[in-house]
Amino acid sequence: MSSFLDRVFGRVKLGGWLAVAAPLIAVVFAVLITSAVLLAAGKAPVEAFTTLADYGTQPRTMALILNTSIGYYISALAVAIGFRMNLFNIGVDGQYRLAAVVAAGLGGAAVLPGVLNIILVVVCAMVVGALWAAIAGVLKVRRGVSEVISTIMLNAIATGIGSWLVSNYFGVLTGNDLGTRPIPDDAHVPGIPLIAGTSQLVNGFLVLAVVLGIAYWVVLNRTRFGFDLRATGKSESAAVASGISVKKMVVATMIMSGAVAGLSGMPELLGQSYKYSNNFPTGLGFTGIAIALLGRNNPVGMAIGALLWGFLDSSSDALQLLDISKEIVSIMQGVIVLSVIVAYELVHRYRVVAEQRRVSRQLAAPSEPEGAAA
Amino acid sequence: MKILYGMQRPDEGEIRINGSAAGFHTPADAIAAGIGMVHQHFMLADNLTVLENVVLGSEPRRGGIALDFAAARSRIKEISDAYGLGIQPDVAVEDLGVGDRQRVEILKVLYRGARILILDEPTAVLVPHEVDELFDNLRGLVSQGLTILFISHKLDEVLRVADAITVIRRGTTVATVDPKEVTARRLAELMVGSELPSPETRESTVTDVVALSVRDLTVRTPDGRAVVDGVSFDIHKGEVLGIAGVEGNGQAELVEAIMGMRPCTVASMTLDGTDIASWSTLRRRADGIGYIPEDRHRHGLLLESPLWENRILGHQTRRPNIKGIWIDRAGARADTRRIVEEYDVRTPGIDVDAAALSGGNQQKLIVGREMSGDPVLLIASHPTRGVDVGAQAAIWDHLRTARAAGLAVLLISADLDELIGLSDSLKVILRGRIVADVDPANVTPEQLGSAMTGAGEGA
Repeated sequence: MSSFLDRVFGRVKLGGWLAVAAPLIAVVFAVLITSAVLLAAGKAPVEAFTTLADYGTQPRTMALILNTSIGYYISALAVAIGFRMNLFNIGVDGQYRLAAVVAAGLGGAAVLPGVLNIILVVVCAMVVGALWAAIAGVLKVRRGVSEVISTIMLNAIATGIGSWLVSNYFGVLTGNDLGTRPIPDDAHVPGIPLIAGTSQLVNGFLVLAVVLGIAYWVVLNRTRFGFDLRATGKSESAAVASGISVKKMVVATMIMSGAVAGLSGMPELLGQSYKYSNNFPTGLGFTGIAIALLGRNNPVGMAIGALLWGFLDSSSDALQLLDISKEIVSIMQGVIVLSVIVAYELVHRYRVVAEQRRVSRQLAAPSEPEGAAA
Repeated sequence: MKILYGMQRPDEGEIRINGSAAGFHTPADAIAAGIGMVHQHFMLADNLTVLENVVLGSEPRRGGIALDFAAARSRIKEISDAYGLGIQPDVAVEDLGVGDRQRVEILKVLYRGARILILDEPTAVLVPHEVDELFDNLRGLVSQGLTILFISHKLDEVLRVADAITVIRRGTTVATVDPKEVTARRLAELMVGSELPSPETRESTVTDVVALSVRDLTVRTPDGRAVVDGVSFDIHKGEVLGIAGVEGNGQAELVEAIMGMRPCTVASMTLDGTDIASWSTLRRRADGIGYIPEDRHRHGLLLESPLWENRILGHQTRRPNIKGIWIDRAGARADTRRIVEEYDVRTPGIDVDAAALSGGNQQKLIVGREMSGDPVLLIASHPTRGVDVGAQAAIWDHLRTARAAGLAVLLISADLDELIGLSDSLKVILRGRIVADVDPANVTPEQLGSAMTGAGEGA
């Protein structure tokens, strides 16, 4: 039977309306808790939530929400690849930052013109992310080091290497801001005027995010590699018996996860800031973990999760108009993650019992007790 | 056994201790009633000392907070001396041998005031002289008025140590006998029973073509002990080779070595004349080894995946499951329907999870899967364990048909009737070595039983 962790990390699927019910329950629950907190602080919860909703539905904010969500989504995909096979890649954070530093340095040097430079930067980010993640994979396979520990360590090391690269090799000082040399204009990824009624463009990497989401689904569900990956995640012992080399799968999965992690910094680098500096967003990898949990590693679920996170982040500023601290949004995000885990667990138990009842009813014979191997 | 220790609730019936009825909800209730259990797998924290391990969970307190190690130490000494266990309280568990660890486990339950000890397969991990020591300890405990429930597969040990023997087969009590009046043969007979329909396959289909040839296969544990020791055999096409042996004598390791799941040293291993010793598990499977694993939940199925995905498991290099790098959903689903039909897997459909099927139907699915793709060799490890009688007969039928079609089968089973009935030749494995070749045509389960337990040694 599946362990609690299997279910938390979404390796056990939920079917039909139940899969939708659980996160909805979680969000409703989070709203209730947040309301309680607001009431305790002497603020009006209804007013707070309507302000959030009003602000979030304005065209300009919607474009901003999309822009924030793109990075979150790619980062969640990177985390989900690991989750599907029992690997807890906490190092997405370090992987994308190191990838962004190196790619920014390379892009700023402008060795290739225009679109070629974009491709070079993107490929470079994927390679750096993949290599950085592969270290954790190889350590796990060769030395049995838990990837949880090694990726946390590698996050810290990535921060160090990043600062060292910027201050010694790539850095140029613009005013007070030490950052990499800006990527030339001809290698900027153009925005898309997707949302009417605002001049705020939507980051062009939206297209890549959608493509990655589809690719993620196809690779996992329709290819042999994906089957091997899912089988290993569900039962390592069965995978070994069926001839899957678990060690190869661990390294391959870490490499894939790291390559996608490397991509998650690209919307910011090539579509927004065009350089890596102190202002480059941090914590993207950890947000990705929360969204992967919320979306059950499902590409559509994670997209909704990323949009929800983007909405909460982007519209939290509006709360300050009501003299409410914007950190109330962090409370809400935290409660969503916690309650979604509880909700999924309840729904899962309900589903297992329901499925067994259904099968024995359809066979019109009582299901016999499990044998000695049970 | 789990019920006695409060880990499971009985559906009916009652437990009486010293004449009064007792019902346990948790192991804590059982401990309070004076029942202690020594598990087959030790539950000790290696990096703590014996003393710390023993008091873990029932630490003596001083002044409400502080641990009273001095009191614990003297009590451990007292118990150890009283029963002659010879335990040093301040040694780290990681420095102890297996026999000592077992004594620590026993001391642990005595420390909690147990008067009735359950020992689950206590000798499985011990070497012979440690077994002797354990038996001396047990006799010491019994002479002090304790009760011991000794659970074992090994008949000679039961005969040596027990004052009364109860034989359980398939969850029911078969007989209660006096060890002084019973022989190992008679016990084996009781354990095996004889009312089962014998799976007859008399007409020989054995050919001259060798399917699998193994020479000098040895598997060692990480600490260097040989669990499979120099095993050699040939299986011909159309032949069923049975391996008889009490569980834990190296059968599981032998199978995993042939499947390439466990490192081993072997002089030669050929399948259909090709050397496969250096091949990966996947290559071995792709080149014609079918595998019915001993533990279908751990090794045979993805319980929370639908049946058609389970059809792919272990066959993910071949049609009809795979086209190039892509999964052929239509092909795999159609073939799953075929297996469900041909092997009579009772299921409402191929989209239900494997976990929703009964054990027998899960096993039929596995048998059907492993028979597809025309295997050269089928390794069947306890193929009918834990399945109902109907599924058992069906699985035997399928094995017989495939054998007639030229399949070579390596059959490992604890069911002696199954072994004798299906096998064309039989080998007996004991402590990792092949100790006897038996002709299934003229051997009785009783004779086989004694060969398996070593009771027939020297006779």
